[in-house]
Parts: sequence; C-alpha cells; structure tokens
Amino acid sequence: MLIKRSPNGIDLPFPSEITPRAVFENRRAFIRQVAAGSIAGGALLEMLSREAFAQGVNPKLAAKRNAALSAQDKPTAYHDATHYNNFYEFGTDKSDPAENAGTLRPRPWTVSIEGEVKKPLTLDLDGLLKLAPLEERVYRLRCVEGWSMVIPWVGYSLSELIKRVEPTGNAKYVEFISLADRKQMPGVSSRVLDWPYTEGLRLDEANHPLTLLTLGMYGEVLPNQNGAPVRVVVPWKYGFKSAKSIVKIRFTRDMPRTSWNRSAPSEYGFYSNVNPEVDHPRWSQATERRIGEDSFLSRKRKTLMFNGYDVASLYTGMDLKKNF
Amino acid sequence: MTPTPKQLTAIKAAVFVLALVPLARLVWLTLAGALVEPLQFITRSTGDWTLYFLCITLAVTPLRRLAKWNWVLKLRRMLGLYAFFYALLHFMTFLWFDHFFDVAEMLKDVAKRPFILVGFIAFVLLIPLAVTSTNAMVRRLGGKRWLWLHRLVYIVAPLGVLHFWWMKAAKHDLAQPLLFVAIVALLLGMRVWWAREKQANPTAQDRGQTRRV
Repeated sequence: MLIKRSPNGIDLPFPSEITPRAVFENRRAFIRQVAAGSIAGGALLEMLSREAFAQGVNPKLAAKRNAALSAQDKPTAYHDATHYNNFYEFGTDKSDPAENAGTLRPRPWTVSIEGEVKKPLTLDLDGLLKLAPLEERVYRLRCVEGWSMVIPWVGYSLSELIKRVEPTGNAKYVEFISLADRKQMPGVSSRVLDWPYTEGLRLDEANHPLTLLTLGMYGEVLPNQNGAPVRVVVPWKYGFKSAKSIVKIRFTRDMPRTSWNRSAPSEYGFYSNVNPEVDHPRWSQATERRIGEDSFLSRKRKTLMFNGYDVASLYTGMDLKKNF
Repeated sequence: MTPTPKQLTAIKAAVFVLALVPLARLVWLTLAGALVEPLQFITRSTGDWTLYFLCITLAVTPLRRLAKWNWVLKLRRMLGLYAFFYALLHFMTFLWFDHFFDVAEMLKDVAKRPFILVGFIAFVLLIPLAVTSTNAMVRRLGGKRWLWLHRLVYIVAPLGVLHFWWMKAAKHDLAQPLLFVAIVALLLGMRVWWAREKQANPTAQDRGQTRRV
C-alpha cells in the first residue's frame, strides 16, 4: 500500500484507503496457505507485489505482463487512478465518476462489431475475455488537460478483434460508441456532449499493436469509473480518444464524427496525438503533471512527442499542426 | 435593524474568520492528502472564491439601499480585500504550479491565451483597489477620485466572469458561469437603473452616495 505522508508527518487514513475486508481476509488465508507450504516462493513474491498494488474490490483478472510493450514508469496509485477521472456520463468533476458510477451494470454486456466487415459479430463479455490471451501493459496516460498517470491495463491488442471480423477494403476508420443510458449514467441527462460518446481511429491506428482492447487494470476487471466493462486505450493519444464502456464498434469508409470534435472542432481534432508542440487553444501542451508523483515543489515535467511512444511512422508526410 | 458598535465589531470579526474558512479547508485537505490532485483543487477553489467575494462585495450597495442596512457598508472594504486575497492566491497558484515562478514563461502564456489574459487583466486591475484601500489613501486621493478609481470593480467582475466562462466554454459546462453572469448582471444592472433614475430625477433622495465610510 502506498502511504501518503503529509508534510507534518501525521498520517490520516481515508475510508477509501482502508483495505477492504475481503482483501484483508484473502490475505490472511493466503498467508496460512504459504505457511502450510502450498505455494512456492517465486509465485509468492509475484502475488505479494500484485496484492500490494491492487486494493480494489473488483474480481481479479489474471494476465501476464507484456514487458516489451510496457513503460518503465512507476504506476500511479490505484486509489488515484480510480478517483480522478473524466467520464462525463457520470458528471463533469473529476471526483464524480467514482461517486456516481455505482449505478452502471457492466454485466451482462454485449458489444456489436459491424459496418464494413465480412464477419459482423456480437460478443458478450465472456466472449471478449476469451478472444485472445490477456496481457498486462503498463502505459502512460496523458490527459489533454495537462495531467498524466501510469496505468497497468489488462487486455489484448485491438488488432486481435479486428482480424476476426475481417474488414472489407472499404474500411478506413473504426468508430467506437459508448453506452448512453440515462438510467445507469446520471451525466447523460445533461447536454455537456452529444450522447452517445463517440470516438474513432484510422484503421491503421486501430491495428497498431499498442492499441489495447482493455478489460481490466491493476490485475482486476475495470472499475466502473474507468470504463467498465470494456474500453480501448491508445497510449500515444490524449485520454479522451480512448472510448469507455463500449457497446458498438463500427468500421466505416468515412472519418467518424467524434463527440469532442463535434463539440469544439477548433480544440479537439480527430487525431489528438500527444504533441508538446501543438498547444491546445486554451493551454500549453508542452508540460504535464504526473498525478500523485509530481508535487508543488516540482516544475511540471516535459511532455514527450506521442507520449513517448514510437508511432511516428503512422503519420509520415502528415502536417500534425493541421491534423491535430 | 442597526447593530450597536459592539455588535458591529463582533459581526466584523465573524466575517473575517468565516472568510478564512475556504483557505483553511484547502490547506487542511491538502495536508491530509485527501485530494488526488491538490494543485487543480487549489487553483479552482481560489478562483471560485475570488468570484464569490467579488459578488458579495458588489452586493453591499444594493443590500444597503434595498434593506436600508447602512451598516453593511462597514464590511465592504474587508470583503473587497478578501476578493483580492483569493485572487492573489489564485494568481500565485498559476505562477507557481503552472510556471514554477518563471515570469517570462508566464507572460508568454498570458499573451498567448485569451482566457488567461482576461483573468490576468482582472487581477492587475484589482491591485490599485487593494493598495488604495486604507483610510490614509482615501484621504490622499480625495473622496471623489477614490470613488472613481474603485469603480474599476465594475470592470473587474465581468472580466472575472468572462475568464471563468472561457475556461468552461469548450467543455460545454456553462451552468456555473451562467449563474455568475446572472448575478453580476443583476448587481451591476441595479446600479445602472439607479443611475438613470437619478439622472431623470436629480432631486430624488440619493441614498447611494451621500454617506461614505
């Protein structure tokens, strides 16, 4: 457990930081097992470190770390990653999703994959979980608002899914459509955005091995506020490009009209690659602050081109100032 | 209702302490580690409280006229200074958290981004008001000139609201800015109304300007 130490040396635990009873009890049972000699030493270390990490209450999701595609940065504390979220379907404040997303029912859930594909498909959650081996990938996440996190996601490359549906030659883009259910999502009643939330990628971006179809984080299924039960994660783009709680994936001929682009085209382009040289009209993108890590006393850290990911080849010959 | 001098002193002390509660709250929450992103929280809440205090300060004259509470005028200077105090904290968070005291970088940012520029102008315009808030300065400037100078607040409040509006605009989250627009429009609108009334009927009783404290 990461303990925040206040400058005056007094630690004040918050209810949310207290280990849930179930986790605590699991741990006891686990220690007894270890004492009985039923678990080998190597596995012990692995599990202890994972347990130290994941303090959520969600079911575990076993996945092997894909080291080749993982950042070396220190992961953000679980509590921070689950209590500082943009998910306007649950409200516009960063603390709203954690407070309001309890009404979302991530099961049963189906995702329909349609459009310019030879084999359209409707998958339920178990179908999605079984489609390809789950991997853990530690990715940097950069929000367009100038903050960043590092999150160990669980999922597999979106290309695994794309391959199954066999896009036709007409498919140039992939559109992601999120759930917009007033009953489960209080924010959908407000007109902050046109619902349902819609995002999109060019087919080659969607097929890039880094683009992750994501079903979990921190070794557990996704918490509701982080886009349960299924979302995408595109680590070289600003966070809003990664649609949450997806119900439909459509392959299209034309560039999809995305929610943020529709609402403010001059501020949110279709590509929205992390780019320190292209400022947002209302704030600089040159620097960022890593949540939970960078304090008052530090200068903001420099933002890396494409968030530090080697994807420049996707955009050769393109003017990224125009195609922001 | 007019409080006795003793009661007025108590009211003043209570307002003074109450006005520090937002600051105490953010210091407490920050030190306790209760906030995931304290820097954003501090920036937001100091900005919010600047606007609240600007509105409260602007409400003094209408309140005095409508409720005939002449004594509220005695609170106005303190309320105005609190508006400046929170604006200063807000500006300091910008200079510190965003630019780490790099003034050249900060000025570049101010020049490049209209919503920051607007907020910055509003802050700069508040400085002469804060500086001339003492009795000695009122005497030095002379009542009339002092009064004219302090009408700058009629520009500062709309600029502050515009700054907030602009910040929220692209997120299509205008419920709060709209509320501020309505409040400031009402508070300033009443003044315009009274000024026109006075112009139309100069002999009418002038309750707004005859007594100053």
